Amino acid sequence: MRVVEPVVELARGLATTLRMIFGEKPVTVQYPEEKRPVRPRFRGRHVLKRYDNGLEKCIGCALCAAACPADAIFVEASENTDEARYSPGDRYASTYEINMLRCIFCGFCEDACPTEAIVLGDNYELSFTSRREAIYPKEMLIEPVPPGGQPTPQKTPPGVFTRSVPEMKDSQD
Amino acid sequence: MTELVTLSIDGKQVTVPKGTLVVDAAKQAGIDIPVFCYHPKMEPAGMCRMCLVELGRPMIDRATGQPVLENGQPKIQWAPKLETACTNVVSDGMVVLTRSEKARAGQQEILEFLLTSHPLDCPVCDKGGECPLQNLTLDYGPGKSRFLYNEKHHAEKHVPLGELIWLDRERCIQCGRCVRFQRLVAGEPVLAFDERGRDTEIITNSEPAFDSIFSGNTTDICPVGALTTADFRFGARPWELKSAASLCAQCPVGCNITFNTRREAKSGGRVVIKRVMPRQNEEVNEIWICDKGRFAYHFTESEARLRQPLIRRNGQLQPASWEEALDLAAAKLKAAGKDALILAGGRLSNEDLFNLKKLADGLGAQSVLYTHVGGGDLVTQIGLASGTNLADLGKGDTILVAACDLYEEAPIWWLRVKQAADRGATLIVVNARATRLDKHAGYVVRYAPGDETVTLQGLLKQDKIGAAIREAGNLLVFYAADGLDLNGSTSVAAACANLLIETGHFGRPNNGLIGVWPHANDQGAWEIGFRPEADLAAALKGKTVYIAAADPAGDDPRLAKALQDAGTVIVQELFQTATASLAEVVLPAAAYTEREGTFTSGERRVQRYYPAVPRWAETKADYVITAEIGQRLGLDLEAGAPALVFNRLTAEITAFAGLSYRKLAEVRPQWPIVGRADLYYGGTTYENKQGLGVHLAAAASAGESPHLPEVRKGSGPRPQEDALLAVPVTKLYDLGVTVRSSVLLEARIGLPAITIHPLTAEKMGLKAGEKAMIGLGGHENEVLVKLDETIPAGVALVPRSMGLPVSAPAPLSVGKAK
Ligand code: SF4
Ligand code: SF4
Ligand code: SF4
Ligand code: SF4
Ligand code: FES
Repeated sequence: MRVVEPVVELARGLATTLRMIFGEKPVTVQYPEEKRPVRPRFRGRHVLKRYDNGLEKCIGCALCAAACPADAIFVEASENTDEARYSPGDRYASTYEINMLRCIFCGFCEDACPTEAIVLGDNYELSFTSRREAIYPKEMLIEPVPPGGQPTPQKTPPGVFTRSVPEMKDSQD
Repeated sequence: MTELVTLSIDGKQVTVPKGTLVVDAAKQAGIDIPVFCYHPKMEPAGMCRMCLVELGRPMIDRATGQPVLENGQPKIQWAPKLETACTNVVSDGMVVLTRSEKARAGQQEILEFLLTSHPLDCPVCDKGGECPLQNLTLDYGPGKSRFLYNEKHHAEKHVPLGELIWLDRERCIQCGRCVRFQRLVAGEPVLAFDERGRDTEIITNSEPAFDSIFSGNTTDICPVGALTTADFRFGARPWELKSAASLCAQCPVGCNITFNTRREAKSGGRVVIKRVMPRQNEEVNEIWICDKGRFAYHFTESEARLRQPLIRRNGQLQPASWEEALDLAAAKLKAAGKDALILAGGRLSNEDLFNLKKLADGLGAQSVLYTHVGGGDLVTQIGLASGTNLADLGKGDTILVAACDLYEEAPIWWLRVKQAADRGATLIVVNARATRLDKHAGYVVRYAPGDETVTLQGLLKQDKIGAAIREAGNLLVFYAADGLDLNGSTSVAAACANLLIETGHFGRPNNGLIGVWPHANDQGAWEIGFRPEADLAAALKGKTVYIAAADPAGDDPRLAKALQDAGTVIVQELFQTATASLAEVVLPAAAYTEREGTFTSGERRVQRYYPAVPRWAETKADYVITAEIGQRLGLDLEAGAPALVFNRLTAEITAFAGLSYRKLAEVRPQWPIVGRADLYYGGTTYENKQGLGVHLAAAASAGESPHLPEVRKGSGPRPQEDALLAVPVTKLYDLGVTVRSSVLLEARIGLPAITIHPLTAEKMGLKAGEKAMIGLGGHENEVLVKLDETIPAGVALVPRSMGLPVSAPAPLSVGKAK
């Protein structure tokens, strides 16, 4: 009895091993050649959004910076004119920086933003070789101009883009 | 003793003086009643209805006059509807409910209604974060609106009210605080309501728009972001700012201010001052500051500031190390010994001046104050004493303002003197020309240029004016040098001092002499022992001159000439001024915003200021530079903390005895309560937590009897037949070293202009607004011509510090512009 039991157990273990070797498909993803899609609510690197006409959604209100528990965001605002317009309304972010070393990807900034300008995107490829590089300026964060839109600053007709905060339906993912 | 009244607010028994408003009584008891239109510095208007409360008074039996009792308690007669707490005065036995269901419902509805025409652009509004409407909506608002969003009222969003203030008509809640401030407090009713109902809007009815030197204060008390300053527009969010307590250094009033600072990408990562806010000191500036103080702070961040020491090599000023520069300066001063002269400006702190004085004493050199107003030695004797507060003056008191344009020279004094006159004080204005104070004065005395001392001496002989001075409960005398030079104002000071001494108005609170100095700390310089020099050009001859915080060469070509003829010139400055360009050694000084120190105001109040921003480039604080020079000469001067210098100062100079940095930082509770979470009550003025300052002891209050100063008999120059006499006057917005870097003020500074009588202009064929060429002291300048029929014919008013060489009354020639 004493001899048979361990042998049986051993065989069972080995069987599992063999089954795994020959029966299971590998799950390894060949990153970076291959990338797995992220979940809908994944919180990756931030993107600063634009409207369809190319104007920036961000109005430089710094509410994201105020909401940020990690003090990762720095915003400095300046004034729009119809000659050089970056965003609707009076105000735009002339400096917008996020320190990716500080960010904890909590998404509070998204929630705080009154214009849905800052969105945590799908990108998780954050690497840098110095602390300085970890600070992403506006140029790195802002999304490309959508087709049909104009880059900023734009020259706009007077009296059209007078309001900063658009009327929005309840925000979604 | 004022009569007291006891009432109950939210069940709390409160005892307050009779006549108190319910809203203030609650505030004193720590109960907040929300307000928008009410402001503790102004009469109530009852316009916004935010302060609705339930209010009841004890029922009185008409037959007996006794309160009706119910179960042994007085029966309360409740007002049928909600009442405004800001317009109701307390009465005995009154019962107030501020948070009852009915009161809350009323408050909620007012907010709901206000928001129907409010844009809610908090994210981009400069008031967001310190906005009474935001705060009260959170605390008292309904959370939901029954009104239709699409029917929101829309209006113009950025209307410039002048160059300094922006109006957003959509944000305005028509509380009328700004209109009432301009009319009641500032006495410059340049704002008004236009249209009616929902279309009511704020307009300015002056030319130029919003023509007031107190306009910035409306942005503090506006309970929404309707009024904001052009200077701070989108500068930062309020919660991102750091604050540093400081003093305004633009005039001798010594307004308490707070510098708000932030590290900024636009400024290359430097920490810069973003805005200047008033800091409450009910004995100095209350909760106000003037626009010069608010907007003329940009000199600190100017790129034109001196960065490192300069030494003249081969005729050129070239960068040098501190060691080299200090060694050279010390060697030059040592060589000169008694033939050195130290010339200091009133922009320096008490500590700087003390070290300079010790250096001068060590060398046996003369220490000269650079100023055009004399008589400070008299102010040290019979100046204001502890316990003085201009707000205490009223009926039965007299204020005399002589040879001074307070409005241009010391705006907040103007404001407070005007308010004292409104309260019933007798105001006597003695001047050669009309000033803005005249319309508030009980008596206006005009003299011909040259007759100022005679006129002042004759005042007591005049019936009514003499009586007003002699019989005044308290007598305050302000004097300066309007239309005069140093000698002229010294005589005026002596004549004013005689009035005070003869009538016994000195040595007690609210009595005495006030010099309206050109700078923040001239009084400190006098107390420390600096004296001006009547003939500065002659005094400079052959001397080794060490000049700190003064630009004589820029002000007067004659002094520039004198400096060229002087021996070595050592200049300690913020900027490369005309004087610095003549120097052998230039020592870059830190601005007062970059360090600690104290100023002595014209009221002889010593106050502390604190560092706001880091020191610029390689600069050093003035007292440190002086001490390091002194140490090279073997003198024991303190280069450590300013508090240590101050300790030495207090040990040595009697008037300062007993003072210390700690004492200067003491605060007392002040009324109205401002600057806490309840911004809706007093506005965005800062609470004073860093010190109210302490009055210097006046020699006269210590029992020393002042001697009657001798008044110079001879008169100043008079206008001659067929020739114009240029007289110097002070302009608020000038080209002073600390003003001209403020781009925003450019329009207010304007071009150099002379003011003449219309008849004189006609004779010369000149019209208002035209350009003319003037010849003054051998120099030609192009100026604008302004007309004023109140000034004597034969006289031309020439502003100081506007690039025109006018240090004293002098003949002037006017010709057509080329
Ligand atoms: S995700 Fe969170 S931590 Fe990161 S920037 Fe936004 S608020 Fe800050
Ligand atoms: S991202 Fe949004 S919250 Fe942040 S500054 Fe821009 S508009 Fe404001
Ligand atoms: S501008 Fe401001 S202070 Fe003036 S009425 Fe409107 S809300 Fe009141
Ligand atoms: S009144 Fe004088 S001290 Fe006060 S803010 Fe104006 S300039 Fe400064
Ligand atoms: S009505 Fe009382 S605060 Fe406006």
